[in-house]
Amino acid sequence: MAPKPTSTPPATATNPLQTLWKAYNDNTANRLKFIDSFLFFLMLSGIIQFAYCILVSNYPYNAFLSGFSSTVGQFVLVASLRSQVNPENKDEFKEVSPERAFADFAIGSIVLHFFVYNFLG
Amino acid sequence: MSTAYPLPTGLSPATVKNTASLLRIVALALISGAAIASRLFAVVNFESIIHEFDPWFNYRATKVLASKGFYEFWNWFDPTAWYPLGRVVGGTVYPGLMATSGVIYNALHALNLPVDIRNVCVLLAPGFSALTAWATYMLTKEMKDESAGLLAAAFIGIVPGYISRSVAGSYDNEAIAIFLLMFTFFCWIKALKQGSALFGTIAAVFYFYMVAAWGGYVFITNMIPLHALVLILMGRFSHRLYVGYSSWYVVGTLASMQVPFVGFQPVSTSEHMGALGVFGLLQIVAFTQLVRSHLSSTQFRSLLNVGLFVVGILGTAAFVGLTVKGTIAPWTGRFYSLWDTGYAKKYIPIIASVSEHQPTAWPSFFMDLQFLIFLFPAGVVMCFRELRDEHLFVIIYAVMASYFAGVMVRLMLTLTPVVCVASAVALSTLLDTYIDPTEPDVVEEQVPASTDTTASPAQAVATPATTSKKAKKAAAAGPPPVSSPLTNLIAATSPAKKGSAPPPKGIFGIDARLVVILNTLSMLFFFVFHCTWVTSNAYSSPSVVLASQNQDGSQHIIDDFREAYYWLRQNTPETAVVMSWWDYGYQIAGMADRPTLVDNNTWNNTHIATVGKAMSSSEEVAYPILRKHDVDYVLVIFGGLLGYSGDDINKFLWMVRIAQGVWPDEIQEPNYFTPQGEYRVDDRASQTMKDSLMYKMSYYRFAELFGGQQATDRVRQQVLPKAGPTLDYLDEAFTSENWIVRIYQVRKEDPLGRDLKSANAFEKGKKRKRSKPQQRRRVAVA
Repeated sequence: MAPKPTSTPPATATNPLQTLWKAYNDNTANRLKFIDSFLFFLMLSGIIQFAYCILVSNYPYNAFLSGFSSTVGQFVLVASLRSQVNPENKDEFKEVSPERAFADFAIGSIVLHFFVYNFLG
Repeated sequence: MSTAYPLPTGLSPATVKNTASLLRIVALALISGAAIASRLFAVVNFESIIHEFDPWFNYRATKVLASKGFYEFWNWFDPTAWYPLGRVVGGTVYPGLMATSGVIYNALHALNLPVDIRNVCVLLAPGFSALTAWATYMLTKEMKDESAGLLAAAFIGIVPGYISRSVAGSYDNEAIAIFLLMFTFFCWIKALKQGSALFGTIAAVFYFYMVAAWGGYVFITNMIPLHALVLILMGRFSHRLYVGYSSWYVVGTLASMQVPFVGFQPVSTSEHMGALGVFGLLQIVAFTQLVRSHLSSTQFRSLLNVGLFVVGILGTAAFVGLTVKGTIAPWTGRFYSLWDTGYAKKYIPIIASVSEHQPTAWPSFFMDLQFLIFLFPAGVVMCFRELRDEHLFVIIYAVMASYFAGVMVRLMLTLTPVVCVASAVALSTLLDTYIDPTEPDVVEEQVPASTDTTASPAQAVATPATTSKKAKKAAAAGPPPVSSPLTNLIAATSPAKKGSAPPPKGIFGIDARLVVILNTLSMLFFFVFHCTWVTSNAYSSPSVVLASQNQDGSQHIIDDFREAYYWLRQNTPETAVVMSWWDYGYQIAGMADRPTLVDNNTWNNTHIATVGKAMSSSEEVAYPILRKHDVDYVLVIFGGLLGYSGDDINKFLWMVRIAQGVWPDEIQEPNYFTPQGEYRVDDRASQTMKDSLMYKMSYYRFAELFGGQQATDRVRQQVLPKAGPTLDYLDEAFTSENWIVRIYQVRKEDPLGRDLKSANAFEKGKKRKRSKPQQRRRVAVA
């Protein structure tokens, strides 16, 4: 869950963070914000699982791994979807229309959760 | 526009396109046919038989899978291997190969085609080589165009470097792994190019198949992250990279953990940490990009500095901490031996003892790749000229694989595909340039562009082969900046390339074209001859069955191995434990169906060292070891009579070394050499050598064979003493026709409680007394 740390060090940079938040609110389409809220939820879920693993126990290790990778996997798949449907990246993804992006996302998630389910044990 | 030769006119673009694609399909079909056919030498020259050592295990496991079903196979505990420990086969095997054959077998039977499982196994590798050719075509197509793809497919179809591991009967993991390797790479390139999570997922699924099929999957695990890392470092981060890599990594890693033999390794060993690190880095970079898009540059910079600092410290601390704590396993010895070529010999003799782990001798590069090896650098240079993201992949792959191929013979196999791809790119550039009919216009500046789409695929199809003539290409090849690789490199990095086209260069007339093209064609013909010759002569031997030539040139089959294994199968109880050096473990299990102490799955070094100790110590020391392990028969391979050099006496020093690693006080390598430091088996051999069980079993009664004449060991070209070794604790049970396999039965303890040596001496003493009158009789007769 790499992206967290970048946003956490607010020690020196309260001002840039505020502008960042404002710019984000102003410039992001609602659909993307919707995706972002899901991303945020996944991140929280991942953090909780990870904290549980470290603080309490990793006992059924494969269960932890599958749960955690389902969160991480879903996170990156959603993040991929977000960057594919983001109008700013339109010229980067010439061959991926938003519909195609959603289909990719769905297939990726199905495959991912197939393995998650198989690994739960 | 003037052309060098007349072009047909009046063709609609659709006709040209359809014809080209038809020709491509036909060419691919022919290439597949050639790839399969050239691998059938082994079946034609010998028979439909499983080759070598490891395939015998795979075959045996596949038989279990086919007859008892997948769940039985999954839970299969094999009590006959590694006697008395046994082996959990289901959990210690890469099941991809067996599962593939099982599926094919069941599919054929569902279609009412009653094919024997052995034939499925024998023909699996040729079948997959056709798929490899197709996957290579797809990959090379992404690098350049279809004509290069066809050339690459033709190369990989017949190149000996790949055939060596995929002839019919060579039923090993590599047989399907190279196809999976190429296809995973193709999907990765596709995912990167399109930024498609779908191709990332497909790459992950094939990566999973690869993990299930071959330990070499670690190569993919590190190649793709390396490529991604280089792209990031070159400032080529794109969201396409993020999408492709993330979807591959997450699904692929989770999928790879489903294979029991791999288990939690992807999250706990250093070999896999690179991929995880790049994954984390990509998340950070992507997040930074997102932040940057919302901020002004100064604010962004201040935020970035703090962020980078914290992340760097945290990441390093976490990695070091975990490594120290032992959560992340350090690199394995096999990995170290890739960097320090002397490492394995010092610390893990068992790895160094395998002949395919030795460094590659330079002639084998030519033997395995022929003219591709000198076309290969040209292809890599071509990749530098355009340097798109996927070209970087070929460059990295080329560098890594060249190094690894130099370190270990068997890794030649991973080099071969990239050599084919790069050479095909180079050769098709050359052909494009010289087949292109455009005459340079002297007045008007005109660059003969890479190729005429109509002419090149069709032409390349017509000549599905390739050439070299590097020098000529460097001097004359069409595109202007090819004067030397160096200028090329510079040109590739500076955008001045296109603008500064000097006076028009190009090829005039048909004769200049013909010279180059005909040269190219002849090189291709030589390549085909070379490949056919190498395949039929060097790589098609099953090594279970040996062939020699009679004086009239006809083939003589030496079938000692099967003779001996069938003897074991038919004349010994099913529970009889056979001890041999580990090389023959799988064969004994597969052909003789008897329990073995050690086999080619070298997981237990101590057990192997025990066998090594028994083989290299004297009979008195070895006997208790044999009895403790319930050994009934000891099998040795002896080539001295026939001149078969891969025998146990030649491997003997490895047994000594491996035993020495565990019992340094009892076994010392120098004791097995003469005082002059030579390894000899004749009467100058050291006493330890002469006393060793291996020596005795190999040369027992050997001198008698020569009827009083000098007994010569044909492998080592040494004359053996007339009085051969004697055995007190073993009885000779069986010796095959050409003495290649010798089997000894371990005697039971003496019923009267004497040790066997004195019992034997007593027996002999009696005999001598008894035989006295006989001698007299003989004298009388004389």
